[in-house]
Amino acid sequence: MSAQPNRLPEGGRIDRTRPLSFRFNRKTYEGFAGDTLASALLANDVHLVGRSFKLHRPRGIVGLGPEEPNAIVQIGRGATTTPNLRATQVALEEALEAHPVRGWPGLRYDLGYVADFASRLFGAGFYYKTFMSPQRSWPVYEKLIRRAAGFGSSPTEPDTDRYEHVNVHCDVLVAGAGPAGLMAALAAAKSGARVIVADELPEVGGTLRGSREALAGKSADDWLEDVVSELDAHSDVTLLTRACVSGYFDHNFLTIVEDVSGHVRQRQWRARARQVVLAQGAFERPLVFCNNDRPGVMMASAVSTYINRYAVRAGSRAVVFTNNDSGYRTALDLRRAGADVEAVVDSRLHAEPVEGEALTEDGVPLLRGHVVCDVAGVNRVRAVRVAKWNGDISTPVDATINIDCDLVAMSGGFSPAVHLFSQSGGRIEWDLARHCFVPGDRVQACRVAGAANGMWSLAECLGDGLAAGRAAAEACGFEAPELDAPAVDAEHAIALEPLWRVPATTDPDRCPKQFIDFQNDVSVADVRLAVREVYRNVEHVKRYTALGFGTDQGKLGNINGMAVLAECLDEPIARVGTTTFRPPYTPVSFGVAAGEGVGDLYDPVRKTAIHEWHEEAGAEFENVGQWHRPWYFPRDGENLHAAVARECVATRRSLGIMDASTLGKIDVRGPDAVTFLERIYTHDVGKMQAGRCAYGIMLGEDGMLKDDGVMARLSEQRFYLTTTTGGAAAVLAWLESWLQTEWPELDVYLTSLTDQYSTIAVAGPNSRRLLEKVGCDIDLSHDAFPFMSTREAELANVPVSLFRVSFSGELAFEVNIDSGHALAMWRLLMDAGGEFDITPYGTETMHVLRAEKGYVIVGQDTDGSVTPVDLGMKWMLSKEKDYLGRRSLARPDSTREDRKQFVGLLSVDGSTVVPEGAQLVDDSSAQNPVPMCGHVTSSYRSACLGHPIALGLVAAGRARKGETVYACAGDVEPVPVTITSPVFYDPKGDRQRDG
Amino acid sequence: MLLIRCPWCGERAETEFSYGGEAGIKRPAAPDRLSDPEWADYLFMRRNPRGAHRELWNHAQGCRRWFSAERDTVSYRIARTWRLDEEDSG
Ligand SMILES: [Zn+2]
Repeated sequence: MSAQPNRLPEGGRIDRTRPLSFRFNRKTYEGFAGDTLASALLANDVHLVGRSFKLHRPRGIVGLGPEEPNAIVQIGRGATTTPNLRATQVALEEALEAHPVRGWPGLRYDLGYVADFASRLFGAGFYYKTFMSPQRSWPVYEKLIRRAAGFGSSPTEPDTDRYEHVNVHCDVLVAGAGPAGLMAALAAAKSGARVIVADELPEVGGTLRGSREALAGKSADDWLEDVVSELDAHSDVTLLTRACVSGYFDHNFLTIVEDVSGHVRQRQWRARARQVVLAQGAFERPLVFCNNDRPGVMMASAVSTYINRYAVRAGSRAVVFTNNDSGYRTALDLRRAGADVEAVVDSRLHAEPVEGEALTEDGVPLLRGHVVCDVAGVNRVRAVRVAKWNGDISTPVDATINIDCDLVAMSGGFSPAVHLFSQSGGRIEWDLARHCFVPGDRVQACRVAGAANGMWSLAECLGDGLAAGRAAAEACGFEAPELDAPAVDAEHAIALEPLWRVPATTDPDRCPKQFIDFQNDVSVADVRLAVREVYRNVEHVKRYTALGFGTDQGKLGNINGMAVLAECLDEPIARVGTTTFRPPYTPVSFGVAAGEGVGDLYDPVRKTAIHEWHEEAGAEFENVGQWHRPWYFPRDGENLHAAVARECVATRRSLGIMDASTLGKIDVRGPDAVTFLERIYTHDVGKMQAGRCAYGIMLGEDGMLKDDGVMARLSEQRFYLTTTTGGAAAVLAWLESWLQTEWPELDVYLTSLTDQYSTIAVAGPNSRRLLEKVGCDIDLSHDAFPFMSTREAELANVPVSLFRVSFSGELAFEVNIDSGHALAMWRLLMDAGGEFDITPYGTETMHVLRAEKGYVIVGQDTDGSVTPVDLGMKWMLSKEKDYLGRRSLARPDSTREDRKQFVGLLSVDGSTVVPEGAQLVDDSSAQNPVPMCGHVTSSYRSACLGHPIALGLVAAGRARKGETVYACAGDVEPVPVTITSPVFYDPKGDRQRDG
Repeated sequence: MLLIRCPWCGERAETEFSYGGEAGIKRPAAPDRLSDPEWADYLFMRRNPRGAHRELWNHAQGCRRWFSAERDTVSYRIARTWRLDEEDSG
């Protein structure tokens, strides 16, 4: 066999000086630069390229682009391997390696092919009916089915390629650079508009590329070159090729996925356009006859384009089967390419296309009023069986004519690519004259032009594109200059007479399968079955049969499917309607969806000013929001529990130090600061004196605890608020929203200081001595600087704000310091603290210390459904003022006696650590469903107390102290626990207050 | 993705904004004097219309200003946006 037996000696848009070697299904072939994988395979007479999804039937290349249902391949290997690409869209490259994703163990001997012989078992809805019951078995079956079906395989290593996102704005965005799109772009460009025009193919021109049309007295290719150089001359025009407009979102926001070669693999353009012109052309529809899925049965337009654009003749003995004039032009293309055309089978009774004459002169038999009924051949078409037909779908036909052939070119008419228009929210309507869905009322600022608008002739497309481009530019405020569409020398008619399915030779439910959707193996009989099983809505039929799913999203099969459904329901197609088109228009890789947002750039990481020291000290870190916080500081191979036990004991015995810089910090100042904060906090802010601190809580208007923290009054009109680490941004936004939307008359200013200031907490009986040792310019004694107060001071000659507050229950100080000095201050304190056995601790020890004191952590012990009364904080609620959420505390639900209340929980055996999140029940032996009386919110070992402790919420729990309930989690034995006070350590607070 | 005109900054992408729900919900001056149903009405009940909807937006990743917008809940078309201190002329 010669190399590339189906390659024509001349023509096409391929570079014959650049032969490329590639592998498909473990065999080596040759193609040329400019080929797609599909055209190169056809050049080598490879038709059999895959197996169908459900029935594992052998399948061949059918189409030309994203509509291709069968030639689904896996490209490459290793980290950059890509599954489920359409061979029709893969540009051929040297050493390209491709495998069919279906067919196991080999294409020609597919074990799953037995499914086809048993296909009566595998009808529509088969998976649902068989495998969904009992439901438990489905995961087992699913695994087997997926393996047998073959979905390609994902790379197992991280993708080494780069992807990027680009944001752009333009006046006019044109989707598609065929004749209509190019004319629209040209008209808009000449008016001065900023234009983006994008096309998925490597070269602009669409169906014009390589065609024999003549425009303005030039060949199609010459005319296209002129248009491209004219567009290039406009600096405000961006012409993108290998770039598919894949999504049309709100307010004219569109995404374009561009294939790039070089250091970036794919680029996603995120374009905001003032006006959009959609010119994505149309898809040819298959014809529906028995065994119409055999390799060698192709779309007629694809057969023509493979000849004209790629110089590939897909077969040497062809039969053309059509219901419109365009099939005759494919017959002429085949004849010019040297193929025998055994017959043109035309389902129309009285068609007189102009091309018929030339074909007749050439000796091609024209069989009008005939249909192809069936195909012989399994891995390749061998012959077709043809019947005379009177135009009545209900009359069975008699296939008496047998025609040997190796290629069937079929044309069932054209369907405009209305996908993007539909995504934009526009309505699509059934056009009775043109027998297709066309764009109707638009919602967004867009126009549809050319074949996408139901225009079939070249002259119409050029004129329509020109008008759309002009109108779009004018809608942007530009003046569009006069411009004529180029004259074309031939006018091509379509004269379509619909043929949604070929009448069956026998019972339509028993004849060989007449496929509607190749990728999902949906046949006429499947749609009929769905209707018999009372699925009548098109969306239901789609899900029952899988019609229109998959990589092609029914680009070929949908309309035939709806028409067959309409016939079964005896309703007009317009009433059956169509399914919803959703983005993306063609499959999009995960890589380009993520863009640069992977690895280190996936999410910002926040580190405190002291982070460097924590790393040096070998801290284990945990993520708290975007912060990386030290979790614990293991010594000598300690595990979490050993380290935390040591840190806790050292802090309570002598001195601990913690980086608390992640706490949210907000500066509030202004003449109305008190008035404002009185409305935000539940306590009496106005009664605070300058220099005093208070524990403050804020509620939502629903009365539920929102955030907490220490707040300090620095002066008459100035406050310093701290928030939880996770709540910092939300609390600032919450305060801002009230100031702006409800109380704009208040003269108050809010400033976030979270990053500007770092907070070092020193806790333990020796904390005062430490500060004194490094040198403090103020009196730190209890009388001069009492608990819950704040002072401006100099510590080691550095200005700091000191807060005498405690989250550990020990004598403690928080040193707030300019972040630029924080690391140096930390090192200074660590050096000075040596004599006190200063022990750095992380978030875990902080949690244990506060739990021993029964302090709440918002978001751990609360969940947005907990009031301050539930938490035992009634003492914090002012009776003298209104504040946010106050009224809700008097709602009937907030005052229920049986609300869950915050309590301590101790395991009865004194040693079991109850699982956090465990549900609490009163009766451990009760049968399901067991009523739950509460849950565990925090649970730790406590080295200082010598036994585990837990906190939780229990219905009416405060009145149940001493009672036993059971903590249940997963399959472990319920743990009996005793309800206690939540304060386990130093209940009077002497240590923190008087230390 | 919506294109929203901040009254201070001009047109910006939706990703810069956060949504604040229905506009014109005024906090009662004296909540204590409201009955439970009246308070619940302020707290929970929203119009949720099909069509024109007046709502609050915050230019959170920009000037951090709150403003009002009239948006169609079906087409998502934003008829206009205005500052909180501007007269609601619609
Ligand atoms: Zn703004």
